Amino acid sequence: MSDNVAPASKPVKTTGLHIGDPAPGVKKVDPIIIADGVKRTFGGLTAVDVAHVEIPRGAITALIGPNGAGKTTFFNLLTGFDKPDEGKWEFDGRSLAHVPAYRVARMGLIRTFQLTKALGLLTVLDNMKLGAKQQTGENLFRSVLPFLWRKQEEEIEEKAKEILTRFKLDAKQEDYAASLSGGQRKLLEMARALMSDPTLVMLDEPMAGVNPALTQSLLDHILDLKSQGMTVLFVEHDMHMVRHIADWVIVMAEGKIVAEGDPHEVMQDPAVIDAYLGAHHDTDLGDSDDEHVTAMKELIDDEQ
Amino acid sequence: MIDFLAILGNAAQQLISPTTAAYALAALGLAIHFGYTGLLNFGQAGFMALGAYGFAISTLSFGFPVWASVLVGIAASIVFALILGIPTLRLRADYLAIVTIAAAEILRLIFTTNTFDEVTGSASGLQGYKGGIAALNPIPDGTYGFGPFTYNAYDWWIRILGWTVVILAAIFTWLLMRSPWGRVIKGIREDEDAVRALGKNVYSYKMQSLILGGVFGTLAGMIFILPRAVVPANYQTSLTFFIYAILLLGGAATILGPIVGAMIFWVLLSFFSGFVSRAVEAGWFPFMSPVQAGQLTFILVGVGIMLLVVFRPQGIFGNKKELAFVR
Repeated sequence: MSDNVAPASKPVKTTGLHIGDPAPGVKKVDPIIIADGVKRTFGGLTAVDVAHVEIPRGAITALIGPNGAGKTTFFNLLTGFDKPDEGKWEFDGRSLAHVPAYRVARMGLIRTFQLTKALGLLTVLDNMKLGAKQQTGENLFRSVLPFLWRKQEEEIEEKAKEILTRFKLDAKQEDYAASLSGGQRKLLEMARALMSDPTLVMLDEPMAGVNPALTQSLLDHILDLKSQGMTVLFVEHDMHMVRHIADWVIVMAEGKIVAEGDPHEVMQDPAVIDAYLGAHHDTDLGDSDDEHVTAMKELIDDEQ
Repeated sequence: MIDFLAILGNAAQQLISPTTAAYALAALGLAIHFGYTGLLNFGQAGFMALGAYGFAISTLSFGFPVWASVLVGIAASIVFALILGIPTLRLRADYLAIVTIAAAEILRLIFTTNTFDEVTGSASGLQGYKGGIAALNPIPDGTYGFGPFTYNAYDWWIRILGWTVVILAAIFTWLLMRSPWGRVIKGIREDEDAVRALGKNVYSYKMQSLILGGVFGTLAGMIFILPRAVVPANYQTSLTFFIYAILLLGGAATILGPIVGAMIFWVLLSFFSGFVSRAVEAGWFPFMSPVQAGQLTFILVGVGIMLLVVFRPQGIFGNKKELAFVR
């Protein structure tokens, strides 16, 4: 387990994920999610219009794109929190169309939220226990007979404590989740997701609002998920992080997938540069101090 | 001079009165809805009315035995909960509040209207349904007790019956809330999307909670009519608000809160109304008529609740720590 090691330790990248040249909608060797013609409109606005995309299994895939590109909407569609107007998509060979969110989660596709959803007035330990699947005591009638679920509860508690120790939250387990800091809540949400032994973890901006001191530990935890055999799909704005840990990058702009590829190569793709900087970014229009523009410029400079 | 002993005696009687038991049980149902699940049910009076009318009508119009009449009331409240819950539980919490308050009023008006006079007795209500309960009374005839707590056999029987149901319901709720089921319910109160993302069928849990709290309300409605007649005017929205007052007094997400809250509420109400009416008789408030004095009691209760919310917002049994994190 890589534990707060200096960022110098380069994570091992998974390669050889795709078949043929990297292009939007490229076939993957072993896809875990396949989406076809998924479209979602809000009135006249087309938020998501994805012709075809495959998410590779056992790798860390980053979903990037400028604000308003439809990344979070796409996340919501994949996890059943929103319904598309048309299209079909499947997870592990099972269709996810019209499957409610809780059932998607039971299939092993667990997500976190951009705005952290720690359950404030539950203790950290209760937050964790809630994540466990198939609990006997969650049935109304069986719940009043503690002898039916006590043993399972002990196993869940043991597992929860183990994961909490890994995330360095074990000292906080009896506190209300509301008393945690923003970064600790992100950690708790990720730890809670692990309680159900997911096959695919979808993280919506795991780094947003996290103090830089915690960033490294969060990064290590995400890499850890991969080493435990899970697939990770995450939305992120922090380009350094994307380049550092992602094996594959999918770029969205205006609801469409405009580029896909290896994190180092995808940044050179003219479509990506256009998406972030606009097609006429070479023409001088005066100062532009947009965050992404600076970030992208930095990255392009880095690469050259 | 005012007979304070009589006032205190009357107030003390409220401690174990069946009415207090009924309010405690209804408040416990509301604790499940509001305190634990976060469902804003403003129609608890409707659930109580269903219990009262379900029991009385089954007995009077259909001649059902006691157990069948109780089951009819419970079944009616389950159907009512389903009708309320199916369209609204998928929506935001405030929709349930609007629908429940309206549905409870609709029920009350149906029971009041002359159209169904033969079955419901319209505005004058129903009576004469207590024979079955009285026949089950194991206590021999006579008068028992001491001091203010001196009652005949039937009065003791309905007190024992009412409080037994309250205690059983409290134990059941306590078992539930410390179980994984209770954990899911409390998680839904905090953030239902997060719970959904963990693979729990939130809609089903909210429905279970609505039905369970509603059934408690229905049983409360049955206890409520044992010492009196069924009168539709008893089931106005103010009944729901009194139950909310009791719940907030005791602590919303507690088991003992609603029970002790109901006791305090009724003892204080009885004390104030006894005191004010006798004080008016004795000429202490020369500017006030006896009718106005009756209203003054409720003004005092209102002030009491306001003070409580300001100075002890978590209620008597509530956890102060929780409030530190309320947004």
